[in-house]
Amino acid sequence: MSATSPDIEITIPRRYRAIRLAPAAMRRPLALAGVAILLVWVVGALLAPVLTSYKPDAVTNSLFAAPSSAHLFGTDQLGRDVFSRVLYGARISLPVSAILVLISMAIGSALGSVAGYFGGILDTLIMRLVDLVFAFPAIILALVVTAVLGPSLQNAVFALVFVSWPTYARVVRGLVLSAGNAEYVQTSRLLGASARQTLVRDVLPNVIGPVVVLATLDFGNAILLLSGLSFLGLGAQPPTAEWGAMVSAGTQYFQYWWMSTFPGLAIFSSVLALNFLGDSLRDALDPHGSWTNRGGRG
Amino acid sequence: MLPSRAFGRFIGRRLIALVILAVGIVFVTFVLTHMVPANPALANLGQNPTPAEIKNFDRVNGLDKPLPVQLGLYFVHLVQGNLGTSEVTSDPIIHDLGQTIPATAELAILSILIALVFGVGFGLLAALRRNSFTDFVLRILSLVGVSVPTFWLALIALYLLFFKLGIFPGGSRLSPSDVAPPRVTGMYTVDALLAGQLSTFWDALQHLVLPSIILAAANMGLLTRYTRSAVLEVMEQDYVRAARAKGLSRRSIVFGHVLRAALPSIVTVIGLAFANVLTGAVLVENIFSWPGIGQYGYQASVALDLPAIAGVSLFIAVVYIVINFIVDVLYGVLDPRVRVQ
Repeated sequence: MSATSPDIEITIPRRYRAIRLAPAAMRRPLALAGVAILLVWVVGALLAPVLTSYKPDAVTNSLFAAPSSAHLFGTDQLGRDVFSRVLYGARISLPVSAILVLISMAIGSALGSVAGYFGGILDTLIMRLVDLVFAFPAIILALVVTAVLGPSLQNAVFALVFVSWPTYARVVRGLVLSAGNAEYVQTSRLLGASARQTLVRDVLPNVIGPVVVLATLDFGNAILLLSGLSFLGLGAQPPTAEWGAMVSAGTQYFQYWWMSTFPGLAIFSSVLALNFLGDSLRDALDPHGSWTNRGGRG
Repeated sequence: MLPSRAFGRFIGRRLIALVILAVGIVFVTFVLTHMVPANPALANLGQNPTPAEIKNFDRVNGLDKPLPVQLGLYFVHLVQGNLGTSEVTSDPIIHDLGQTIPATAELAILSILIALVFGVGFGLLAALRRNSFTDFVLRILSLVGVSVPTFWLALIALYLLFFKLGIFPGGSRLSPSDVAPPRVTGMYTVDALLAGQLSTFWDALQHLVLPSIILAAANMGLLTRYTRSAVLEVMEQDYVRAARAKGLSRRSIVFGHVLRAALPSIVTVIGLAFANVLTGAVLVENIFSWPGIGQYGYQASVALDLPAIAGVSLFIAVVYIVINFIVDVLYGVLDPRVRVQ
């Protein structure tokens, strides 16, 4: 392999692929719909005190009131305003899931790039650990962890980080392996760049795109799993206005359908928005075949 | 298609990996359920147990021995088929699993079948009508499938189809007036048919259908997208172009060449589909009062019944890796290129 200039021409477009991703995705209607729905939730969460005059935990005398102009989404068994609780619920589900995804992404990407870049015994150790965690369906490990640590929102997050980092590790390792072997990276090593320099300058930009797509889809998955655990009573505890816990409270008062319908719609719409966005980003990244592969709540 | 030596080696390697993984699973389960900050003695003996009671509980459950010794004993008991005793039901866990597994198996099988039929069908349709309006609608449908919270969908379905319209029965495996058929497989629909009890079969099936459809939603979405991309990939191959040039009918190209070649990629999703069904089962079984392994595991988790939750996670993890092993082998059978690698 020679260290002549032609390789540099390949480097430039590749380095900017992640940056060009955003506008390409925005041209797609699904991505726009996803962003619009997410914006509604973010604004709703931020402006909750302005949008509703009820406090999420304020108990009133009108128990089980059906949706009306006074209570848009009705009231629950303690007379709390469901609309207000759904809005304030966005302040829990969205940021907590986001933090969960960021931690998993950080741990998984770090371990994955170490495994892919250095190889050898480190690679073997990390990837066997990944295989092990992958051998358990996420919810089962989450059940075990919450049983051991006790039910709380914090422990549910811990349990879900425990089960979700390996996906990132596996994907990042593969990307680092293929990017690390690419000619332009080899060339830059030959030209005297250090391991750290090549990792940050040449390998990382190629990894970011797929990881962002993965994180977007995983964000939706995290909301689903977290609210699922709260629904089971293993996550956020009452009286916290958390969407999954609210749906769960509604199961005991079946005929008052609004109690679980609206918080459930909140979960559904935000997850759908993230999947719209993630799916479009994936298309933009890999136009070949489009709306392809991966996903699910394993 | 005959198993060659290369294929034998391929299976051998996978088997060794399977055994190592299984040992790892036992180790992880043990570590997770024995490094407990919460005290199982306190959780199971109720309020204010005496020190003697705690000591006795720890001795009976082997909790007074050093951890490596406990791990060794755990392996020995496992090999003997002993998963310990549930602290809630006071039955051997292996017995509890035998009771709950068929209920979940029945649910999982029907649900995966439903997801396969609709997912593969929709995926094929989307690929054949690529970039059309149909394709767009199916794409949204598949995204809805993976986005809808299973527990919420179950509640909405129960509210509308049971509570309001009365089309489906609401939860449990049989109507109160019906008696469970004589046990052969533990799956009521199968057992009822074997015993020739048609009315019981019909009742069991009616109870089974709604939770199965709800569990199928996520996998339907997943299979639609996998099938679509697999079919699209195959359709770009030269031999499909050749078949078209030869003047074969569209039907024989799709079913004779394309679907056959897309099959290996579709098969790989089944492991993931199984994980999805189990995840859903934990939630849906609770809503439908379905006495399966999901409900059992959940109740064990809430009651801090550590031997039971360890048994459930061990069983599920082992089934999961065995399914993935079978998928690997199937993939090797369906796609000869894999065996050589």
